[in-house]
Amino acid sequence: MNKASLGQWYSKGDVVIRQGEYGEHIYAVQEGELEVVKERKGGGEIRVAVLHAGDIFGEMAILQKEVRSATVRTLTETRLLTVDKKTFMSRVHEDPSLAFNIVRMMAQRIRALNAQLGERRARVERRRLERRTGKQRRVGPRRSGQ
Amino acid sequence: MALVQRTAQPGDNLAAYFAGNEGRRLALTDGSRVGVIGGGPAGTFFTYFLLRLAESVDMNLSVDIYEPRSFTCQGPAGCNHCGGIVSESLVQLLATEGINLPPSIVRRGIESYVLHMDVGNVRIETPLREKRIAAVFRGNGPRVSEPVGASGSFDGYLLELAAASGAKVVRKLVNEIAWDGGRPQVTSSDGSSATYDLLAVAAGVNSRVPQLFSEVAPQYRSPKTLKTFICEFKLAPEALDRHIGPSMHVFLLDIPRLEFAALIPKGEFLTLCLLGHDVDNALIDTFLGAPEVKACFPDGAMPTPVCHCFPRVNVEAAAQPYGDRIVWIGDAGVARLYKDGIGSAYRVAKAAAKTVVHHGVSSEDFRQHFWPACKRIDNDNSIAKLIFAASGLIQKRRFLRRGVLRMTANEQRRGAARRHMSTVLWDLFTGSAPYTEVLSRSFHPEFPAMLCWNLIAGNLVRSRPNGSEERPHE
Repeated sequence: MNKASLGQWYSKGDVVIRQGEYGEHIYAVQEGELEVVKERKGGGEIRVAVLHAGDIFGEMAILQKEVRSATVRTLTETRLLTVDKKTFMSRVHEDPSLAFNIVRMMAQRIRALNAQLGERRARVERRRLERRTGKQRRVGPRRSGQ
Repeated sequence: MALVQRTAQPGDNLAAYFAGNEGRRLALTDGSRVGVIGGGPAGTFFTYFLLRLAESVDMNLSVDIYEPRSFTCQGPAGCNHCGGIVSESLVQLLATEGINLPPSIVRRGIESYVLHMDVGNVRIETPLREKRIAAVFRGNGPRVSEPVGASGSFDGYLLELAAASGAKVVRKLVNEIAWDGGRPQVTSSDGSSATYDLLAVAAGVNSRVPQLFSEVAPQYRSPKTLKTFICEFKLAPEALDRHIGPSMHVFLLDIPRLEFAALIPKGEFLTLCLLGHDVDNALIDTFLGAPEVKACFPDGAMPTPVCHCFPRVNVEAAAQPYGDRIVWIGDAGVARLYKDGIGSAYRVAKAAAKTVVHHGVSSEDFRQHFWPACKRIDNDNSIAKLIFAASGLIQKRRFLRRGVLRMTANEQRRGAARRHMSTVLWDLFTGSAPYTEVLSRSFHPEFPAMLCWNLIAGNLVRSRPNGSEERPHE
């Protein structure tokens, strides 16, 4: 590890935060890549986003005082800087504009999720249409055969 | 052409609006020109936030930063003379602002402090064991350092950040300040002049710039200052790792006139930062001759410093560091006493930028919206004087030092959930928390009780000679 780098190193595959747990920290990605995954009720997981250097995560549980909404796992060797809840919240009360960068990042994430949702809906719609068309095709010859 | 005066609009500031003519205020508008004297942290943070906030309200500003110094130069020519510690809280706040300090400018990540006293020493670890304190060189480094370019200098990095935000860096020395039709005018060493809608003065206390304002801004009085001593030693990397490690070493020694001293590792160098009253060669020699200090060097032999300076630091706020179209930030205005000067520069610079963009640039705007941020630091400094008086008492009384050492060492050894003394010392030495918070921590009912017990136990039961808790670094 570089003696000059700030934060802490995580190995590939390490879980930094786990869905459903309470958290006291926000994380700023200094180097490396991480994935954000949502655990499904029936088992398995779905990747929601990939985080890179400069991204911040873990803020939702701090701002909403709720459990972590997703699991964040490293995809590569990753260096993270931890931001304490107390340091962050006390400064936000003094200087609300401190949250501006986080709000902007959350807005970007909502936009990306909306786009993903739109794509997924379009895909489902397309499949439904394809199934319907396929059914009609299958039904068509039978009718003609009668 | 920048409009320099406009009538307040409903919604801007209702009190001012309903006050009639008083509602006419000075404000920046699209195309306004801003001059910033000084390209250190205060000037560059101010510029960065000013341009970012202006952009968020669709205001296009033109900013000139006057900085004759090239931070790529080795030694004093490229240095802003400072201990070079970016505090734990500032590192975190900058990260949330989207400013992540790259390894190229962080010469060493600090993860613990070692407190040295004549009765022994103790290491204070961060709860997370994470490197969140950055040891940096404000310029390229000492005289004998390898040239690393702007990417290796903290001030150079911030100046590049400000330039990338759209500011223009003017490599000229400011020679004269005057008023031009009610607006500040800056004349440079080559005789060229420029008039601005706002002038931010971030020239610190170690230049002759504050003297330029004696006639044009008589309400401003420079801050009171204290002479400090900073020097750099060059050590072999193995020696640095073994004797210093990833820790900052602070000293509470019973030496007259000594307020605070620290050794900070930075790459292949070790910076000594000494604060005291009337710092002179006698005080420096006494400090360097102390066995606790010598023990930090290989074989107890002190190498010859490769670079040194006697910069001044702000110890009492400037009087009225604002006026119509002019504001003093950083050390030239208000700074945190002894610690986290870069952190207070960030706070004050951001408060000034917010005032300018969201309120205006009149003296009244600064008094209402900028001065409270300065006053918070100033009030906190009053508490600091109380805390440093207590720390001075500990420096002078051996039995107090034993109690402090024992209490801290026990907390660190046991990994106690409530680290009263460790937290107080950590916040005091790192400058991470306001002094008010440090004081309030010592009001916890367990704190005096534990201290009393450790004072008794530390002075009556002394099984370990000297009570030393420190081992060589791994």
